[in-house]
Amino acid sequence: MSFLFGKLSWSAVPLDQPLPMVSAGVIGLALAGVAIWVIRKGWAPYLWREWITSVDHKRIGVMYCVLALVMLLRGFSDAILMRSQQAVAFHAPGFLPPEHYNQIFSAHGTIMIFFVGMPFMFGLMNFVLPLQLGVRDVAFPTLNSVAFWLTCSGALLVNISLVVGEFQRTGWLPYPPLSEIAYSPGVGVDYWLWALSISGVGSLIGGINLVTTILKMRAPGMNYMRMPMFCWTALASNLLIVAAFPILTATSAMLLLDRYVGFHFFTNTGGGNMMMFMNLIWAWGHPEVYILILPAFGIFSEVISTFSGKPLFGYRSMVLATLAICVLAFMVWLHHFFTMGAGANVNAVFGILTTVIAVPTGVKVFNWLFTLYGGSVRFSSALLWSLGFMVTFVIGGMTGVLLAVPPADFLLHNSLFLVAHFHNVIIGGVLFGAFAGYTYWFPKAFGFRLHEGIGKAAFWFWLTGFYVAFMPLYWLGFLGMTRRMQHYDVAAWRPWLLVAAAGVGLILIGVVLQAIQLFTSIRDRESLRDTTGDPWDGRSLEWATSSPPPVFNFAVLPNVQSEDAYWSMKSAAREQQRLAREPDYQAIEMPRNSPTGVVCAFFATVVGFALIWHIWWLAIFGLIGAYATFAVFAWRDITEEEISAAEVGRMDRENREARIEALHAADRA
Amino acid sequence: MSAAADPRPLGGNRADRRGPSTGAGRDGPASTRIVVGFGFWIFLLSDIVMFSAFFAAYAVLAGATAGGPSGLQLFDLKSVAWETGCLLLSSFACGVASVGATLKSFRIFQIAMAATFVLGALFLGLEIKEFVGLVARGAGPQRSAFLSAFFALVGCHGLHVTIGLLWLLTMMAQVQSKGFREDIQRRILCFNLFWHALDIIWVGVFTIVYLLGAGL
Repeated sequence: MSFLFGKLSWSAVPLDQPLPMVSAGVIGLALAGVAIWVIRKGWAPYLWREWITSVDHKRIGVMYCVLALVMLLRGFSDAILMRSQQAVAFHAPGFLPPEHYNQIFSAHGTIMIFFVGMPFMFGLMNFVLPLQLGVRDVAFPTLNSVAFWLTCSGALLVNISLVVGEFQRTGWLPYPPLSEIAYSPGVGVDYWLWALSISGVGSLIGGINLVTTILKMRAPGMNYMRMPMFCWTALASNLLIVAAFPILTATSAMLLLDRYVGFHFFTNTGGGNMMMFMNLIWAWGHPEVYILILPAFGIFSEVISTFSGKPLFGYRSMVLATLAICVLAFMVWLHHFFTMGAGANVNAVFGILTTVIAVPTGVKVFNWLFTLYGGSVRFSSALLWSLGFMVTFVIGGMTGVLLAVPPADFLLHNSLFLVAHFHNVIIGGVLFGAFAGYTYWFPKAFGFRLHEGIGKAAFWFWLTGFYVAFMPLYWLGFLGMTRRMQHYDVAAWRPWLLVAAAGVGLILIGVVLQAIQLFTSIRDRESLRDTTGDPWDGRSLEWATSSPPPVFNFAVLPNVQSEDAYWSMKSAAREQQRLAREPDYQAIEMPRNSPTGVVCAFFATVVGFALIWHIWWLAIFGLIGAYATFAVFAWRDITEEEISAAEVGRMDRENREARIEALHAADRA
Repeated sequence: MSAAADPRPLGGNRADRRGPSTGAGRDGPASTRIVVGFGFWIFLLSDIVMFSAFFAAYAVLAGATAGGPSGLQLFDLKSVAWETGCLLLSSFACGVASVGATLKSFRIFQIAMAATFVLGALFLGLEIKEFVGLVARGAGPQRSAFLSAFFALVGCHGLHVTIGLLWLLTMMAQVQSKGFREDIQRRILCFNLFWHALDIIWVGVFTIVYLLGAGL
């Protein structure tokens, strides 16, 4: 039996714990319901053909964002559980036993960073970059699909841990020696390690793909200094992915070797060095936060410039600041563990370098302010998210500078002050950025806008909810409350924890409003229809094509003559009261859809699950399957499909007609 | 309406294009060969970053022998010299294979690839022999942190060589069944880059692990 099933047995399913079983049951029922609905409606073949096997960067981008939104619900449920536990666990055990509570805060961090932040940013970059660069797809379309499905595979493994076995209890990063086999003998840490190794490979492939796309695939005339700001920040972010994710892979491999075959990388015995884990994991981990925030900076730049009706102020300084952050991101990792005892001089160097990052970030904030200054500002919900970000992020940035001072850090290390700080920058920066981008590019993806009024209401609930939930945490940090406490008996903390719980309630209203917004917008899509392809009076090339764009994005690659490429085309058309002459349409070859990505991810999931449960034969079977998948892919003869010149012309003429109409409408107005 | 009258035509190809685009922005997207080669270089850089983490771990743990044997007692430089010779010669053979691919000569390509495989397999055999010998002497990776780092770093390189050999056989089969198609030529280019990169990493392993280790 142990050959067949490894460590897996019925006792791995926590039938005695109602919470995971009930929530997993609800999720299972919901998934089954969706599956039955899809099959009964006859949509399954369509989904398989047009989405699951799609190698179109736009579709993959949308699927990344869907994954992020679904996992956001999971991570947010964990947050609600934690806040309510701490609200009631005063002189009391609360409703979550310690071993379960520990899994929840570990899962919350893991999910929010790896399966909400990363896919959301990857989704937006995937969708937008080729459009902004004026090209037809990313550099490696099939690998793009592989990367997405591997990310899904990691997310799936994390969710499987809810009902089969357990998730890790070590915090979102498996710090040794606690995460070593001697102290964490269960499968929780293994779930984390294999899920993150698989999705990490996905992120790495995605990063390589986007770096190559930005550096080698641009429309004629799109030189570096004409690239939209989002392309620059995406480039910096993906360079960081390429340089940082291999470190995560190596570190995970070392811990796996420790746990599976008794190596001594991070153990207490045999000369192992657990602080090496801290150094390695944060040499990935600190760049990771910039991987998440840099694309958000790009989104804010696009949104603020568009809704101010002005080019971005200080474009060149913005590029320089972005690349400065990209380099500095690799030089500050030690500030995550000043308390290691590296000595005053080392701590001083890292403290100073950390505060230095505030300089390019400050440059960016001033550039955004000056972009707004004197502009004809339209307060759409995308701009509201950006303004909310600017205020919130500056506060988070300043508490970060405070934490960068080693003596202060010794007092605040591992306190709720730290928790408040990083939620301040990740919610106020990354998540608000993702929501701004979601609102801004939604009409481009689907051809209709999101309901503005509900979107604004959701924004205000999120913003106030954030402040009510997290400002008390700063104060609790000063009162000496450490993070990850399952229960406590300090009376002075109680009121602040109750306020924080109320804040989560406000955020919940914001989340519900966002769901309602999506639902009503789909229902009322005809009245929200974007007929022109340019709903916000945009400036970069994604607005030059129709909404949603044709599969080939551009009938003819645009010829870029200036910064804000589409704005100058549009201005020329307005001046001359006509569009540029109709181009000479030619047939276009697009890559064929391929199930390689999803099949490969299926085998990756099998391998991951088998290794977690020590089912060795299944792991070998999965590896052979993954190899066979690539061999089949490599052996195919037809890799591209042709779209005829007539078809290209027909689709582009529709786009041109809509634009001529918009031109006349603007003229009449 | 000539093109000159309209300074901002919505699309259209550039008339003054000279040679294939390098993707530098002026002439539009680069050719697939350049894109694939460039992307693979980026992958190799990331792979080297991964190795650098293992190198760093080795550097940190090199002295942590926990009372066990050190490199000076364990390393047999003669065997390592043979390994190095095999790997460097296999890189030469791999270069010849790429010449064969450029000439579209099945014979040169297949013979050179076979030679690459034999030399690579010899390298791997010698490495496995060394590992088995160490474990037999009680100097396995569980003995000390130094040996953990040693086995992980050298083993990671060996794993890359193993995957490279699998890829090599796949390429031989593919060329045999499909010929020197354009996409297969690009894969041969990538395989070449990969195989040579393994050499570069081996030079690092040879120097930092074996030469410095035997001298310590």
